[in-house]
Amino acid sequence: MKNKYSVFSLIKNALSQHENWQQAWGNPEPKKEYEAIIVGGGGHGLATAYYLAKKHNLKNIAVLEKGWIGGGNTGRNTTIIRSNYLWDASAGLYDHALKLWENLSQELNYNVMFSQRGVMNLAHNLQDVRDLKRRTHANRLNGIDAVWLNTEEVKKFCPIINTSPDIRYPVLGGTLQRRAGTARHDAVAWGYARGASEMGVDIIQNCEVKGIKRNGDRVEGLETTKGFIKTNKIGVVAAGHSSVIANMAGLKLPLESKPLQALVSEPVKPIIDTVVMSNAVHAYVSQSDKGELVIGAGTDSYVSYTQRGSHNIVEETLKAILELYPIFSRMKMLRQWGGIVDICPDASPIISKTNIKGLYFNCGWGTGGFKATPGSGDLFAHTIANDEPHKLNAAFNLNRFVSGDLVDEHGAAAVAH
Amino acid sequence: MFLINCPFCGERDQSEFSSGGEAHIVRPKQPTELSDDEWAEYLFMRKNIKGIQFERWNHAHGCRKWFNVVRDTSNDKILSVYKMGEKPPVNYK
Repeated sequence: MKNKYSVFSLIKNALSQHENWQQAWGNPEPKKEYEAIIVGGGGHGLATAYYLAKKHNLKNIAVLEKGWIGGGNTGRNTTIIRSNYLWDASAGLYDHALKLWENLSQELNYNVMFSQRGVMNLAHNLQDVRDLKRRTHANRLNGIDAVWLNTEEVKKFCPIINTSPDIRYPVLGGTLQRRAGTARHDAVAWGYARGASEMGVDIIQNCEVKGIKRNGDRVEGLETTKGFIKTNKIGVVAAGHSSVIANMAGLKLPLESKPLQALVSEPVKPIIDTVVMSNAVHAYVSQSDKGELVIGAGTDSYVSYTQRGSHNIVEETLKAILELYPIFSRMKMLRQWGGIVDICPDASPIISKTNIKGLYFNCGWGTGGFKATPGSGDLFAHTIANDEPHKLNAAFNLNRFVSGDLVDEHGAAAVAH
Repeated sequence: MFLINCPFCGERDQSEFSSGGEAHIVRPKQPTELSDDEWAEYLFMRKNIKGIQFERWNHAHGCRKWFNVVRDTSNDKILSVYKMGEKPPVNYK
């Protein structure tokens, strides 16, 4: 790596008042033609370009981003990373990602602040208890760490939780994945962008795709706001806008795009050193390194591309949070925002070829794509480079909606991510 | 967050309603004749439009009746409301 970040580079640059740091990634104009183009400069898209260049030796690649990199859902999520999914296919996919996370800062020479602080999922009723215990067993059979905690153990692990039996959402227990945790979401996008740019990938920001040029059953290039760019491989990683891009190629996807909200509080001293999620009441909370409580809410029920959500969704989440954590009752919320998530009917992603040659889709991550960023990029790069899925993403093909072979994570794990 | 003009109750907050998704997806007349591709199209594939979308809503915490709405999903502006069985307004496409 040309400009390796290290303690020595830090000292060296400190001597010049940090004014001589080199730009982390380039800002090129698009070339006329690329071997492959990735549409969408979020974490998943940049990771795809990174692994295409690194593992599959494609050097002439571009990433097109209509805004700025990491400005979509990559910068809007609650940064939760875990792999405790029920089904074998999901366990394989998400644990592949988690293993990449464990070494990502070293891999990218960029501190993504991956913190394995544990993720605890709460059970509030008998059905939750049964489902979560079943999931714990399934996880362990798949080699994923998971433990069941009873109410006392939940209280011991996170003392600020109200475990009184007479509350509206009593805590009957929970599961804990200790390898799970959080990471700094912007750093993930920036780290991959820097790594990809170093290997010659063109990252082109403020460049919106306006059309896909087809010649019969294959793609020939993209119409963009910076002109026509020729390519015969297009990987679309456009999250909430996947259907919009698919429509340009005359494709329909099994997706609905909905606003998902999150909010952060004013910063306070360390109070919660783990991530606690409650699927039943759509509330999850952790604390950022700055001290803000990071709170995730649910999705709105209707299709919308507005990047804002309804007030009642936030209100319901905060009601549940306040009952579970009475200590937060006087916290002030600083910011609230929404991102547009593309949800599949089975709450599992699509990393797949399409019936148009050279057109690939990585979408449908719904409310929980951030955790999969490295794995998603790695497997999508494999799929694009070989025109065949990797065995870990073979189950996540587009054809499963025709064959009926769904990976149904809705009831099992994926209500909230 | 927006107001919806229920054709039976008048203007109410969106939180009183539940969304029924894309409208005018016709249930297959002869389900036994359908191919897997046609089932997938009917069950799962959605236009998911950014822009003017025809959709169904139910006034779940009100009269509990279903009706159709024309809404711009890029700004949540409601353009038209019409009852079930009525023809969709022709001036939107």
